[in-house]
Amino acid sequence: MVLVSHDTKKYKVIGTRPIRHDGYDKVTGRAVYGGDLRLPGMAWGAVLRSPHAHARIRKVDTAAAEKLPGVLAVITGKDMPLAESKEVDLGEGSVNEKYASNNVLAADKVLYKGHPVAAVAAVDRNTAEEAVRLIKVDYEPLAAVVTVEEATANGAPVLLPDLVGDDLGEKVKKTNVAKHFRHEFGDVKKGFSQAAHTVEMTFKLAMTHQGYIEPHNATAIWDEEDRIRLWCSTQGAFTVRKQMSGVLKMDESRIRVTPLEIGGGFGGKIPIYLEPIAAVLSKKSGHKPVKLIMERKSVFEGTGPAPGGTIWVKVGADANGKLTAASSDIKFEAGGYPGSAVGAAAMCIYGPYNIPNMLIDGYDIVVNKPKSAAYRAPGSPQAHFAFEQAIDELCEKGGWDKLEFRLKNASKEGDRRGDGVRYPRIGNIEVLQAARNTPHWKSTLAKESNGKKRGRGIASGYWFNVGLKSSVTVSVNNDGIVSLTEGSTDIGGTRASIAMQAAEVLGIPAEDVRPVVADTEGVGITDVTGGSRVTYATGYAAYIAANNAVNVMKERAAKLWDLKADDVDYSDGVFRGRKDPELKLTFKQLAHKLGETGGPVTCTGSVDLTSAGGAFGVHIADVEVDPETGKTDILRYTIVQDVGKAIHPSYVEGQMQGGVVQGIGWALNEEYYMNKEGGMANSSFLDYRMPTALDLPMIETVIVEVPNPGHPFGVRGVGEVPISPPVATVANAIHDALGVRMTESPMKPGRIMKALEGKG
Amino acid sequence: MMQTSVEKVHVKTTINGQPVEFLVPPYLSLLDAIREVVGLTGAKEGCLDGNCGACTVLMDGRIVDSCLVLGAEAQGTSITTVEGLASSEGLHPLQQTFLEEAALQCGICTPGFLVSAKALLDREPHADEHRIRHWLAGNLCRCTGYDKIVRAVIKAEDMSAQLTKSKNGRGKTTAKASARKPAGARARR
Amino acid sequence: MHPFTYLAPKTVKEAVQALNKYGPKARPLAGGTDVLVQTRGGRYDLEAIVDLKGIPEAMALEMNGRGLEIGAATPCCLIYENKAVAKVYPGLIDAASLIGGIQIQSRASLGGNLCNASPSADSIGPMIVHSGKAVIAGPTKRREVAVEDFCTAPGRTVLGKGELLVSLKFPKPAAGFGAAYERFIPRNEMDIAVVGVASSVTLDSTGKKFKSARIALAAVGPTPIFAADASKYLAGKPANEESIAEAASMARSAAKPITDMRGTIEQRKHLVEVLTRRTLTKAMQRAKGK
Repeated sequence: MVLVSHDTKKYKVIGTRPIRHDGYDKVTGRAVYGGDLRLPGMAWGAVLRSPHAHARIRKVDTAAAEKLPGVLAVITGKDMPLAESKEVDLGEGSVNEKYASNNVLAADKVLYKGHPVAAVAAVDRNTAEEAVRLIKVDYEPLAAVVTVEEATANGAPVLLPDLVGDDLGEKVKKTNVAKHFRHEFGDVKKGFSQAAHTVEMTFKLAMTHQGYIEPHNATAIWDEEDRIRLWCSTQGAFTVRKQMSGVLKMDESRIRVTPLEIGGGFGGKIPIYLEPIAAVLSKKSGHKPVKLIMERKSVFEGTGPAPGGTIWVKVGADANGKLTAASSDIKFEAGGYPGSAVGAAAMCIYGPYNIPNMLIDGYDIVVNKPKSAAYRAPGSPQAHFAFEQAIDELCEKGGWDKLEFRLKNASKEGDRRGDGVRYPRIGNIEVLQAARNTPHWKSTLAKESNGKKRGRGIASGYWFNVGLKSSVTVSVNNDGIVSLTEGSTDIGGTRASIAMQAAEVLGIPAEDVRPVVADTEGVGITDVTGGSRVTYATGYAAYIAANNAVNVMKERAAKLWDLKADDVDYSDGVFRGRKDPELKLTFKQLAHKLGETGGPVTCTGSVDLTSAGGAFGVHIADVEVDPETGKTDILRYTIVQDVGKAIHPSYVEGQMQGGVVQGIGWALNEEYYMNKEGGMANSSFLDYRMPTALDLPMIETVIVEVPNPGHPFGVRGVGEVPISPPVATVANAIHDALGVRMTESPMKPGRIMKALEGKG
Repeated sequence: MMQTSVEKVHVKTTINGQPVEFLVPPYLSLLDAIREVVGLTGAKEGCLDGNCGACTVLMDGRIVDSCLVLGAEAQGTSITTVEGLASSEGLHPLQQTFLEEAALQCGICTPGFLVSAKALLDREPHADEHRIRHWLAGNLCRCTGYDKIVRAVIKAEDMSAQLTKSKNGRGKTTAKASARKPAGARARR
Repeated sequence: MHPFTYLAPKTVKEAVQALNKYGPKARPLAGGTDVLVQTRGGRYDLEAIVDLKGIPEAMALEMNGRGLEIGAATPCCLIYENKAVAKVYPGLIDAASLIGGIQIQSRASLGGNLCNASPSADSIGPMIVHSGKAVIAGPTKRREVAVEDFCTAPGRTVLGKGELLVSLKFPKPAAGFGAAYERFIPRNEMDIAVVGVASSVTLDSTGKKFKSARIALAAVGPTPIFAADASKYLAGKPANEESIAEAASMARSAAKPITDMRGTIEQRKHLVEVLTRRTLTKAMQRAKGK
């Protein structure tokens, strides 16, 4: 790992690499994930899903299923309370409650293959699955539309009759375009007239899935007092509680959500799917605990993939290589209900550049595919796939070095993003400079080897990161060990990064802070583990709580020494009387004396951060393509990314590498391949091809630190930026290798062959 | 409890060195037998069709996807799960190096990787990077990008080689001891 | 899954009796890597599964002066770990090492791969070019069927009621024999073949001419295809690039691919030509002892 730090502060704990606090449980098989939970008297559930991409539900006949021995309950959409059409904020995206309810269990229509229609609870899993097969549904199939073009064509079937589209503020009825927004700054017409070189291209992207290895799961008890207890693998217990409240029309305070360990999420485990089903089945089964685990096929067909779509871009630069204007038209597949990440795509698309004249039109379009959800920097990989290739093309037209061009046009503090927001202190330039210094960028690459073509690509990426709410409680135990209660489910090692920040303030080793992820009744409101916010926001809350604890401890020392609290200093783990050097106690020593100085020391910290430190990445990839088959291999990959401050560098590197590999899969093979009936044909890990260990080299990481002024340690957040550049980086590398521009993702072998044939 | 018209199968097997006996419906997978009947939940369900390796266990010395084996087939075999990797003396070197090298993020694939990697190191203690990647291709990870997993396996090989070399067979490192190593001490490959 | 009973016969006779009794409601179980997935997915509604792994004949791996016999349930890993077999039957080894990953290869068998009768099976082409024969036991008799005649349609074989594939037999290759199998997949492992080609050649005593050749194609037709014309063409031709290129072009004509989620017609036809050329070249090099 290479660290390029612009941070002058020195730390004791921050920047080290302790073993994560939940590590031993996870390498021994002791850790309890949602699927591992066992409750006494537990029943199992299974879900019936639509085989049609678009259909009206005429009748659901559950009689045979109900009669199967061992079946405890059968439910359909009719068992769900009638939900209102109102927006609920989830933290990363928002959701309409009626649509959310209908997405959990269809009411009168199914909008995608895999849409849940009914569910069964039974004494064991196999009986539940057998019972599901006995449910008979009478569907009236309707014509399905699966691309933005199909959904907006004349005569296209209207998916949601009650949807009122918003077209630049105008209401539109009977449409599949849920929203059309526009961002406009400057005058692009004028800007293009000033351009010496212009590139205009259209790109198409296929829908992709987060691909977490753990399927969704939920276990629920709906008890006799109409209170719900829920255990699940989720990115946000409070978010689940809020959604459950909306969908089941129940006060949030009656719902207790306990998040168990989670096997990956990447945004896909923010919305609820099985949770309300488990709860309602529990109610109908005589209040038994009911557990469901989603089959892999249904994870693909019935959860929240990343939108595909069509992106048109036009970009121009003057003779000196200065960008003059950029326009884009971003059309995203929302899935069966509105709410794709097209807004975020618009925030990111021009992110790395300072462009004086900008125009973006964004469209959120419903299609007969599963309702899209957040997937790691939602909208950003798609946006960069388009724009970074256009920039690549522009550099070739103008004869400009691709890295120098980026430096010349780099966005910096005060510049505007595509949606108009002005950047605070950002590290774009520092990242580009670090990229220029990498051994990778400086190395030469042979154009050919053993008949295969090689090429190098570079691309930038941006993600804004979020702040939102987090709460932390710290309690000092008599032995000097500090308990830390937080509400951020730990997907990638954040127990450690939060504990480390508290430890830094407390002046104790990281191992002496014991983090616990609590349920919705054990900690204050904490927003999702997503948006690259946990180390930033929950860490900030931990920082505040820890500082409060230190202040209280100072008062205790003052009490012991008969001083004023202001006359007590704390540094290097020792409390000292400022005027009398003989008076000193270590943290542990003082902790032993808490009982006699006033009792327990328990402090909280809460944040609601409206801004976060946005961040940039620049990636360099060398690829090798077999021109006889179109097979592409990644030879070498370097990630350069500004993280603000790397609290635990190993997990920072891990986030970088993991995001990149998702991006590589996205670039080379991953897609929702739709059959002619409008359903996903490849809903398994066999044909939804994610990279294996054999498909990748080691991945070089360069951590750049440009501290975020909005965080006490400078943290910006790291999780999402890494997936923003790689789809474009690989595309640019393939172009360099073959001389063809891949405008459609994934850039699978057959497509590459076709592009080569077209080239002649 | 079970509603079924077929008799259960009586299975006598060895799991993690201990004799284990259970009754399973004939159609229950080995994965479900281990998780639901025996109660060891280390092996995970990821896809149930042999494409992700999260359910990997050792069966008579070979790694298998336990979702594609019937519980009934465990009769007379010796099975090792992730719960059987550590000994009374401490973690298996792989468990240790996975922690030190941060080779896990969400951890769901980790049991499968540990069992698969152990099988490799048992047969080829000096497998190179390519062989490691080839051997582990049947285990999917979505969080790490595999880099740190491969590093952890290589480090475990080095550790095991050193342990074999050391005169008395001592040189036992516990994970706690190596956690206190300073940050810069990791060798860069 | 519909509850089924588990049977573990110790002899071929017992297995055949069970299969005959249950008819289509029973399936034999070798490695389970196909049949369990399919049963879970609803393709079969079984009342019984018949585990073959307790039958010595079904788990055999025996090479002698006459040739090689592999039990229908013998896992791939045992085949490729056998150095003696690997030396003489390289095409089989190529296939056995490619199917799935290590976990799959611990269990999956060539016999299971054949009976699954997928058009894209990796081992069927190699078995064809090694002139394999399927040994079938039925309620009243045994019979042998050439591997290229075994599959009749996707998922369908010549096996009748109560019939069981017991083993696969391969003759001892002549001097100057070499074989290879290659498939095209988008990743480096774990994929189903977009196209697979198996080739075997026998060089004449000079080593400069082909005496005979066999070419088989996977994933480009409803069953694995024995490219008879391309194979016959090479007999007597000089063992060089030109002959190979011509045979590859003929193999391309023998392919009848469809467009599906794994590949398009044009892509597959092109790949047949590329892989035929590559495998013939490799088979020739192996025949020459390189």
